[in-house]
Amino acid sequence: MANHTIAETITIPYLEEKGLLSWLTSTDHKRISIMYLLSISTFFVLAGISALLLRFELLTPGKTIVDAHTYNVLFTFHGAVMVFLFIVPGLAASFGNFLIPLMIGARDVAFPRLNLMSYWIYLLGALIILISLSKPADTGWTFYTPYSIRTGTDVILLTFGIFVLGFSSILTGLNFIVTIHKLRAPGMTWHRLPLFIWASYATAILQVLATPVIAISLLLLIAERVFGIGFFDPAKGGDPILFQHFFWFYSHPAVYIMIIPAMGVISEVIPVFSRKPIFGYKAIAYSSLAIALISFFVWAHHMFVSGMSEVAATIFSFLTFLVAIPTAIKVFNWTATLYKGSIDLKSPMLYALSFIFLFTIGGLTGVFLGALAADVHLHDTYFVVAHMHYVMIGGTIMGFFAALHFWYPKMTGKMFNEKVAKIAWAFVFIGFNVTFFPQFILGTQGMPRRYADYPPQFHSLNELSSIGSWILGIGMFVMAINLLRGLFNGEKAPQNPFNSLSLEWQVPSPPPHENFEEIPHVTDWTYGYGKKSA
Amino acid sequence: MNWVPEVASNLASKVDAVIWFITVISLVFFILISIFLVYFAIRYRRRQENEETPYITGSHVLETIWTIIPSILLIVIFVYGFVVYKDMRTPPEDSLEVTVIGRQWLWQFKYNNGKTTLNELYIPEGRPIKLVMTSEDVLHSFFVPAFRVKQDLVGGMYTYLWFTPTKTGTYELYCTEYCGTGHSTMLGKVIVMSPQEYEKWEKGEEEKAVASLPPAELGKQLYTQRGCNACHSIDGSSLVGPTWKGLYGHEVVLQDGTKVTADENYIREAILEPQAKMVKGFGPVMPSFKGVISDDEISDLIAYIKTLK
Repeated sequence: MANHTIAETITIPYLEEKGLLSWLTSTDHKRISIMYLLSISTFFVLAGISALLLRFELLTPGKTIVDAHTYNVLFTFHGAVMVFLFIVPGLAASFGNFLIPLMIGARDVAFPRLNLMSYWIYLLGALIILISLSKPADTGWTFYTPYSIRTGTDVILLTFGIFVLGFSSILTGLNFIVTIHKLRAPGMTWHRLPLFIWASYATAILQVLATPVIAISLLLLIAERVFGIGFFDPAKGGDPILFQHFFWFYSHPAVYIMIIPAMGVISEVIPVFSRKPIFGYKAIAYSSLAIALISFFVWAHHMFVSGMSEVAATIFSFLTFLVAIPTAIKVFNWTATLYKGSIDLKSPMLYALSFIFLFTIGGLTGVFLGALAADVHLHDTYFVVAHMHYVMIGGTIMGFFAALHFWYPKMTGKMFNEKVAKIAWAFVFIGFNVTFFPQFILGTQGMPRRYADYPPQFHSLNELSSIGSWILGIGMFVMAINLLRGLFNGEKAPQNPFNSLSLEWQVPSPPPHENFEEIPHVTDWTYGYGKKSA
Repeated sequence: MNWVPEVASNLASKVDAVIWFITVISLVFFILISIFLVYFAIRYRRRQENEETPYITGSHVLETIWTIIPSILLIVIFVYGFVVYKDMRTPPEDSLEVTVIGRQWLWQFKYNNGKTTLNELYIPEGRPIKLVMTSEDVLHSFFVPAFRVKQDLVGGMYTYLWFTPTKTGTYELYCTEYCGTGHSTMLGKVIVMSPQEYEKWEKGEEEKAVASLPPAELGKQLYTQRGCNACHSIDGSSLVGPTWKGLYGHEVVLQDGTKVTADENYIREAILEPQAKMVKGFGPVMPSFKGVISDDEISDLIAYIKTLK
């Protein structure tokens, strides 16, 4: 590619060149995006299978298939892989990479080679985590001290892998911030930007500012394990609660690293499939930034019963309620966008509407956990497990699936079978609710989380939840087969099958290297649906 | 189906009231959003390819309304949660104090009269109880759903919680902070007695009805009461520690490769000095029970182990 001029490469679709090496050395943001997408999807499948095993173990009280230690290893693997290898890089690294240059009218990200290096660092981190599986850790993905210091399992390699992954996240964030500031096409002002770009921008800020904190915390943990320095273990004069502060100082903003890009996806899908401008553009755009900012000041709401002072608990409870406001505003705006639209219930829209519905449940149950008195009872029970999965699956993963189905024609140049996609959606939606809704009740009744075994009174709801996980698993399997089949048997995708006004749909499917023959001049915002003069 | 556990403390109904209050507000919002979503999706579904749609970009009035109303409600919820929490964190002066020590994977309770119990907390009905808690090893968390109380136990510091039990009975105690392999077996019971019964128990006058049982039966009860079952199986499977099935009278291989016969003296030493002669393949995790269980109880446990052939 280096020998070609832009005029020549512009005619070559980005998927054209074959061979593994041509992919691993490509600096094309679209190829890097696809590599991320395949990598994170692989880890999603692995972590998903471990979740099915966990649910199978919980089908009956007593030992069903695995012993307690194996159960603990499985939930640690499930959590750590889902969080650090799938959902944190997730939408930002995959769809963010693909869409940001296309949506703002640029030929690539600001630092294409740094972008490729970020991917390699991701692979290196993933490799280290896989090596740690020779003696898999049993600490849970939260690595709470002093257990993580005392367990005989391999915590060092796992946390070191996450430490390495952090650099990938920081560099990607940095790249996106510069790209959005410097490479917008002429006329693409801040208030004309697609909302996915606003969301990516807020996410990138969080990645750059929050990730160093988890990196440092994990280094301290490693130093304590290797050299016996007493940072966190009270037996050595350390403070175990300090670790929780460090951990959540990253991991709460990280929740928003995971969810804000999905909110961006929803803000793109809803207008296209209702043919309406997004309702309250500025409110949605700025609420992304508001959420990002406030998310730095709510971390200790994970710690109301940790032994932290009551004054701190009260302040963090109050701040937590503040973050609910911009979140609620987004939900109202998306719903209002549907009003008097021309609503086409294609698969991306079904996932987007599911997002609003399920994320509302996830958000509202968060209010219970933010309220001090209620949290004392519900903390560390299945209520938290259910809440967390309603936000992460009901929110982020629904957004991820909406994105997969929406931009699939653009990324692959092919169409998938829409009927099968809808059937898969129905399984996913029903399976998800059957799996996780009973867990709200289990938690309220008092079932603690991270239990390899449970008292018999919790049996029937656990059984229901496990059955739900099979329906959910079948739905995702059908979805995966359908999308893979489309690659080989799918019809050729038109340039703009859903009549979107956004820039990425104004180039061929799949787009060529360098994206645009000529950098477009932007004269209007992205959401001019139904505008008479347009 | 019971949505919430039994109400058995003065705090339980207050916490439930907060939960129900938030539930009602949440349901109103959830139902409103759902109705709009479903109604719009049906009412405005695309019937022809080229339908005209209006160009609506927002409404300052609506934006203001749906910013202010949730903000007010959220502040009300915060205040309500805080008021009850303040109560939950303010033990009365005259509370009866019990010290709680958590360790992998059992609960130890120390009373003012010098008594110590394992995995069973004995308290009188109707009197404020303050638990002063710490951990000997990793984090644990004391959670009794029927009382709606929860607090982490942290090594190197004391944490506390309080409640007034309002009903006699036996309530389940769970560890809710992940603490390793035996986490889900770190279960206990809270036994709430009438003040008269408690007075008897406190003075050590509890009826010795159990004393008439044969030693092996008593040992069987101790097996769960003392938390042995968290780490030692009786069916031959290996948990955190070696199984008790077929243990008595057989040779065990120690860490250094030597073999000893598991007789009465070996078992007694294993209970009081667990790290002295450790069985190969198991970690040094068992706490010493010296001063925690009596010689009588050790004899009962040995009698029970003898029956597990």
